Amino acid sequence: MREAWLPLAVLIALGAAPLLGFGGSYETTLMARTMILGMAAVSLSFLVGGAGLASLGHAASVGVGAYAVAILDAHGVTEAARVLPVAVGAAAVFSLATGAIAIRTSGVHFIMITLAFGQMAFFTASSLAAYGGDDGYTLYSRTEVLGTRLLEDRLAFHYICLGALALTWAVCAMLLASRFGRVLRAARENAQRVEAVGLAPYSFRLVGYVLAGAMGGLAGFLLANATEFVSPASLSWQRSGELLFMVILGGAGRLWGAILGALAFVLLETWLAQQMQHWKLVFGPLLVLAVIFLRGGLSGLVARRHG
Amino acid sequence: MTTQLLLVQALNGLQLGILLFLVAAGLTLVFGVMDFINLAHGVQYMLGAYLGASLAAATGSFWWGLVLALPAALAAGLLLEVLVFRHLYARDHLAQVLATFGVILFLNEGVKVVWGAAPLQVAVPPLLEGGVEIMPGLQYPLYRVAVLAAGIATAAGLWWLVERTRAGMLVRAGATNAAMVSALGVDIGRLFTLVFAFGAMLAGFAGVLAGPIFSVEPGMGDNVLILAFVVIVIGGIGSIRGAFVAALLVGLIDTLGKSLMPDLMRLFLDASAARQAGAALASMLVYVAMAAILAFRPAGLFPVRAG
Amino acid sequence: MAEPLLRLDGLRKHYGGLAVTDGVSLEVLPGEIHAVIGPNGAGKTTLIHEITGIVAPDEGRVVFAGQDVTRFSLPRRVRAGLARTFQITSVVAGFTARANVALAAQARSGSSFRFFRPAASERRLNDAAMQALAEVGLADRADTPAGALSHGEKRALELAIALATEPRLLLLDEPLAGAGPEETERLIALLTRLKSAYTILLVEHDMQAVFALADRISVLVYGRVIATGTVAEIRGNPEVRAAYLGEDGA
Ligand SMILES: Nc1ncnc2c1ncn2[C@@H]1O[C@H](COP(=O)(O)OP(=O)(O)OP(=O)(O)O)[C@@H](O)[C@H]1O
Ligand SMILES: [Mg+2]
Repeated sequence: MREAWLPLAVLIALGAAPLLGFGGSYETTLMARTMILGMAAVSLSFLVGGAGLASLGHAASVGVGAYAVAILDAHGVTEAARVLPVAVGAAAVFSLATGAIAIRTSGVHFIMITLAFGQMAFFTASSLAAYGGDDGYTLYSRTEVLGTRLLEDRLAFHYICLGALALTWAVCAMLLASRFGRVLRAARENAQRVEAVGLAPYSFRLVGYVLAGAMGGLAGFLLANATEFVSPASLSWQRSGELLFMVILGGAGRLWGAILGALAFVLLETWLAQQMQHWKLVFGPLLVLAVIFLRGGLSGLVARRHG
Repeated sequence: MTTQLLLVQALNGLQLGILLFLVAAGLTLVFGVMDFINLAHGVQYMLGAYLGASLAAATGSFWWGLVLALPAALAAGLLLEVLVFRHLYARDHLAQVLATFGVILFLNEGVKVVWGAAPLQVAVPPLLEGGVEIMPGLQYPLYRVAVLAAGIATAAGLWWLVERTRAGMLVRAGATNAAMVSALGVDIGRLFTLVFAFGAMLAGFAGVLAGPIFSVEPGMGDNVLILAFVVIVIGGIGSIRGAFVAALLVGLIDTLGKSLMPDLMRLFLDASAARQAGAALASMLVYVAMAAILAFRPAGLFPVRAG
Repeated sequence: MAEPLLRLDGLRKHYGGLAVTDGVSLEVLPGEIHAVIGPNGAGKTTLIHEITGIVAPDEGRVVFAGQDVTRFSLPRRVRAGLARTFQITSVVAGFTARANVALAAQARSGSSFRFFRPAASERRLNDAAMQALAEVGLADRADTPAGALSHGEKRALELAIALATEPRLLLLDEPLAGAGPEETERLIALLTRLKSAYTILLVEHDMQAVFALADRISVLVYGRVIATGTVAEIRGNPEVRAAYLGEDGA
C-alpha cells in the first residue's frame, strides 16, 4: 500500500484544488468528470483486475443509473433519498439480469455478451421518446438532498464527488481483501482450484458483478447531476471501451490505477481537444502505443519505482 | 402487412445478412486462427466503402471503383497488420480490444479529415439500375439482387477456398490447433498476415457493395462491427459455416423485426406507443437472440474447438 | 465387511469410439489406502474426474458415504467430504502458500460471502492453514508465493489444501510424479503418516511406493479393472504380471 502515495496525492490535490484558486466553473466541471469517470473505472477495475471479468458493457450500468435520475426527474421525483436508491438499485438489477447469463460464458464470449447487453441498453435508451430518445434528456434541476439544493452548490458537489470516489476505492479494496474477494481473486487465477476446495465461482462472480454494477449506478447518478443531462451516448459501447481503457492505462493489477487512468484520460482528451479539431487522430494512436508499450499501466510504473 | 411486403423485407434481410457475412467471415477467421479479437474490422468495412466511393468518383465508374478498392483495402489491412496488430497476437484479449479500439478512433476521425463529416452518396451503376419483377406486380431493385448474388458467389468461393485448398486446410487446422500447424513447419506468421489481409479485403468488398444502399459516413462500421460480432458468437467462433448461417439469421431477425415488431405491438398497445416499443424491441431482438442461443449453447451453433 | 466409504458402480465414459472407463466398479473401505494402478492412458485420471464430478460418466453411479453423488457438482462433492489433488499441480500461483490453504479452510468454516473483514487477518483461518502446512512440512514456506515453490513443494501444498477441506476421502492422482528422490522420500513418509487418519484412493506409477503404502490394489487396464486384491495377491496374479507389471519388470 506504500506505493499508493500517488493516488492519495491525487485525491488530496482534488480536495485542495478549489481552495487554491481552481474553484471556477470550468475547473470544477472538469474535475467532477474526472472523479465520476474515476469511480466508474475503479468499479470496473474491481471486476477486471479483481474478478477477472473483462466487461465491455460497464457504461450500461452507469447509464442505467443516469437514466433513473432522468426518468424520475420527468415525473417530478427529485429527492435524493428516493432517487439515489432507485438509481443504484436499477443498475444492480440490470447487472443481476445480464450477469446471470453473461457469467456462464468466459473469455471472449464474456467480452462479446457484455457488449451485446450494453447495446441492448443503448437501443432501449434511444427509443425512450418520452425521455428525449436519441437526443437525450435535460434535467429540470439537480437532485435535491433532503429538500435542500445542496448539489447545486459547486463546492458541495465537488466534495460529494470526491467523497464518492474515495468511498468507491475504499469499498472495492475492502471487498477484495475480504473472504469474498479472496474467492474472486483465486477464481480469476484458477477457477478449478476454487471448485476443488468446495466453492462454486459462479455465485461469487455474479455477486461481484452486481456490486460493481451498483457502484456504476452511483457514478451514473452523479454524472446525470453533474451535466444535468442524460443521453444514450453515455451507455454506448465506445464509452465502455473508454472506461476499460482507463483501467488498463492505469494498470488493472491495482485498483487505484483506475484513478490515475481516469485522470490521465480526461486531461489528455481535454488538452488535445483544445489543441486541434481532429484530436482523435492523435488520441487513437496514443491509445494503441499505451497498450503496446505501457504494460502494467501507470500504476505499474509507479510500483516499479518502489522496488 | 402484405405477403409482398413481407417478401421484400425478407429479401432485404437476406441481403443485410450477406453483407454481414462478408464482414464476419474475416472476423471469424482472424479470431479462429489467431485468437485475435479485432474491433477495427468494422472500420475496414467503412474504409472499403470510402475507397469505393471516391475511386468510383475519380474514375467515373462504379466498376473501376470496385476493382481498385479491393487491392487498396487489402493494402490497408496489410499496413494495419504490420504496424499494429502483429504486436498484439501474444497479448490477452483485453489488450487487443483496447488497441484496436484506438485504431477505430483514428480511422473514424481520419475519414472525416479526408472526406469530410457529411455522408457521401454513391450512385447505383447504370448496368444495375432499375428493378426486376420478382412477383407479378412487385419490383425489387436490381442492384440489391446483384448484391445478394455477389455475396452468395463470394461465400461459395470462400467455402471452396477453406474446404478444398491447402491454404484453407492450414487455416482450418490453425483454428483448431495453432501449435500443431506451427509444428508442421508452416510459417504461422505469414499465414496470419495473409488471413488478416484477406479478411480486410472481404470487409472492404462488403463496404463497396454497401455504398449505393446505405450512406457512406464516418462511424458506419461501428454498428456493422457489433452485428458481425453477434454473428460470429452465434455461429461459433472460427466457423465459416456458422458465420454464414448466423449472418443470414441476424440479417433476417433484424430486418423483419424492424418491420414486424411495431405491427405486432399494435395488438397490445395504441399506435404511437406501439411504434416506440416496437422499434426498441426490434433493435434489441438480435441481442436477445444471441443471449438466448448462448444460454443454451455457450460455444455457439457450430463450435469449432472441442471443449 | 464394513460398509464401503466409496462405491463405484459400472462407471462408463466414452470419448468418440474410445471407452476410457469401461464399466469400472470398485469399493474403497473406510481407513484403507486403495491404490489404482495401470499403464499410461488406462483411464485412471478420467476415473478420478468421474468420482469428483469434473467429468460426467455416460453410465454408472458414484456412491459416497451411502449417498448417491453422481449428479453432484465438484464443489458439492468436496463439501460432502471428497478431496482430491490433480495430476498436473493446481494451486493459485499468485497467492502465498498460506493463503492457498486458508482459502480451503474458509470454505470449511462459515460462509465465504463475508465482505468486510480482511480475510488475511482471520486468526482461525490462518491457524488452520498453518496446521495443514506443518502437517506436510511446509510451515517455513508459508509466506512464499505458491508460484515460486519447487515442484515437490507444490505437490505438498496441494496435499495441504486437500487436508484443509477436512475430507473423509482423499483422492490423490500421482502425488509422486515428477518429484526428485529426496522429495519422494519425504512425500512417502508424509503419506504413511496420513494413512492412520484418512481413507485414501491413490493413483500412482511408483510401484515401490504403492506396495509400501497400499492395503489393497485395483489394476486398471484399458478402462477395465482386471484385478483387485491385497498387495500380495496382486503381486502374485499372473494376469496382472502379464498385462502390466511385466512391462515394469517389477
Ligand atoms: N477429454 C478427452 N477427450 C478425448 N480423449 C480423452 C480425454 N481425456 C482423456 N482422454 C483419453 O482417455 C485415455 C485415458 O486418459 P487418462 O488421462 O484417464 O489416463 P491415465 O490412466 O490417467 O494416464 P496417465 O498414467 O498417463 O496419467 C487416454 O487415451 C486419453 O487420451
Ligand atoms: Mg493420469
